[in-house]
Amino acid sequence: MDLSAINPVLLIASLMVAATPLLLAAIGELVVEKAGVLNLGVEGMMITGAISGFAISVETGSPWLGFLAAAVGGAVLSLLFVVLTQLALANQVASGLSLTLFGLGLSSLMGQSYVGIKPPQMADVHIPVLSDLPVLGPILFSHDPMLYLGVGIIAAVWALLKFTRVGLILRAVGENHDAAHALGYKVVRIRVLAILFGGACAGLGGAYISLIRVPQWTEGMTAGVGWIALALVVFASWKPWRVLLGAYLFGGVTVVQLNLQAAGVAIPVEYLAMSPYLVTILVLVILSADKSSAPASLGRIFHASH
Amino acid sequence: MIRLEKRPQPSQRWSMATPLVAVLATMLFGGLLFGVLGTNPLLAIETIFWEPLFGEFSFYYRPQLLVKGAPLVLIAIGLSLGFRAGIWNIGAEGQYIIGALTGAAVGLAFYPVEAWYIFPLMVIAGALGGWAWAMIPAFLKVRFGTNEILVSLMLVYVAEQFLASMSLGLLKNPEGFGFPGSRNLQQYESAHNADLIANSGMHWGVVAALIAVIFAYVLLNRHMLGFQIRLTGEAPRAARFAGVRPARLILLCLGISGALAGLAGLFEVSGPAGQVSIDFNVGYGFTAIIVAFLGRLHPVGILLAGGLMALTYIGGEIAQGQLGLPAAAIQVFQGMLLFFLLALDLLTNYRVAWRKPEVA
Repeated sequence: MDLSAINPVLLIASLMVAATPLLLAAIGELVVEKAGVLNLGVEGMMITGAISGFAISVETGSPWLGFLAAAVGGAVLSLLFVVLTQLALANQVASGLSLTLFGLGLSSLMGQSYVGIKPPQMADVHIPVLSDLPVLGPILFSHDPMLYLGVGIIAAVWALLKFTRVGLILRAVGENHDAAHALGYKVVRIRVLAILFGGACAGLGGAYISLIRVPQWTEGMTAGVGWIALALVVFASWKPWRVLLGAYLFGGVTVVQLNLQAAGVAIPVEYLAMSPYLVTILVLVILSADKSSAPASLGRIFHASH
Repeated sequence: MIRLEKRPQPSQRWSMATPLVAVLATMLFGGLLFGVLGTNPLLAIETIFWEPLFGEFSFYYRPQLLVKGAPLVLIAIGLSLGFRAGIWNIGAEGQYIIGALTGAAVGLAFYPVEAWYIFPLMVIAGALGGWAWAMIPAFLKVRFGTNEILVSLMLVYVAEQFLASMSLGLLKNPEGFGFPGSRNLQQYESAHNADLIANSGMHWGVVAALIAVIFAYVLLNRHMLGFQIRLTGEAPRAARFAGVRPARLILLCLGISGALAGLAGLFEVSGPAGQVSIDFNVGYGFTAIIVAFLGRLHPVGILLAGGLMALTYIGGEIAQGQLGLPAAAIQVFQGMLLFFLLALDLLTNYRVAWRKPEVA
């Protein structure tokens, strides 16, 4: 065992990379849940985004187009959820599960000819003075652009929910859809847009795994990140900045256990690999006492007949 | 203008018809998908649904139907009880793995003793293992109000790692030349879940699945607990007034589904799979969710749905070998089925009206 091989600066830098897929998926789901919809299909949308992004960036040679395709792919899959829950008024838990099962199958079908290929790399940003700072440079200012975009989306969602009329309407729909409907807001239309946004974000998160974090394509490579993202929204009490905090915490657990594996700690690899999931359960237990911050209409079906 | 009117009562006729319509729609769109993948759609559908039952080699495939259907039905019956009451155990895959591990561990502990009581002990251990694993989300839900969906699912990943650790470590075959995986239980007579009638595919798991179907039917239709499960799902407020204790229901539903999933795991590992290995689980725990819904959460429906889903597994394998259809295509096909089923359920609860809405 050689713990001195672990470089704290690199550790923090890689923590931020490990956290980004979670962060992207969780902030999308946060918006969906704020609108009163529980989409358990995050894992399915992520993996679909992962393969869509991978395939397009390999075919075009451009990671940017890949991420665009991932967002579109995630959103298209979430359209299925829209059809089920908003048009066919199906149970949201079951529909979310069907989305995940379908997405996992679809992605491995799409990904057959992409196993073992290296995707084009996205260059890290380099800001002249800042990136060259001794410790802060590698930690804060030398990442890929998508990582900053993720933080940017968090800030944007926070501002949207807190300061704008759109945010207020979104929250009204999530808190009491009947009242929002009575006020003349198009409940279904608003929810559809929120679900599509959630799908696009999950798609981006998935592509971040297949294009930057790993980077290659393997079946089922999201390995539960989508589910952890769902837990993260609960952890964050539906508050955007806490999503960032939570994602970095989970990213930290993942990176530390990977580093411990590499350093050859006496704990077997399998038990280290369990840790992110166990931490998720632990966090859920600690935070589940407080349900007051959940949107009041979460998971309830809306039909204008009532 | 198309309008939806809520039915005063869910339509009995559509409730029966939607699974059939969903299967037909899936065949149609699945066929289109296979066509896009470059396989003759009609031939693919025929290979999947006809070949295993009536084809040239059906004598080989028909027993497989029981082998693959039994774990699906066993798990889905357990899940359906919870689903009816709004208790979502989606970690059956984890309970399946743990049941297989505990059951196999008991059997392996006795090796090489041959005795009649070994297999029954393994069955009990398997059920207890699955039960205990399901008790984790149940206890956390009852005690702390933790979401059982997320906890039970997280535990699938934990169980998978645990399985890897066991098949590389504690349960590894000491005479296996260092290869991962346990001793083969098929070669250990007292622990082998053999076919009750040779080459019929009829092993103890099939018997257990049939018993579970009858048990669930009686429970739901003739027993107070079954009434409470249905009441909680259909009218939670009324259930509270009727004196249903939610905590008890959560512990029971998750416990039963965990134990049944554990049993399914044990029967698989001691029979068709034969040994504990890193990837002996093939996702029955997740496919069983589709089976439960396809069977309308009704015991008899689940029995039929389990058979159909087993058919797609076997037919899918044949299509893979004969037509080069990718394995993932079958997974998409199964996912599609659940999708159509949920969408068509609209017709059970709502009436589609074509008139213009009248001005109130």
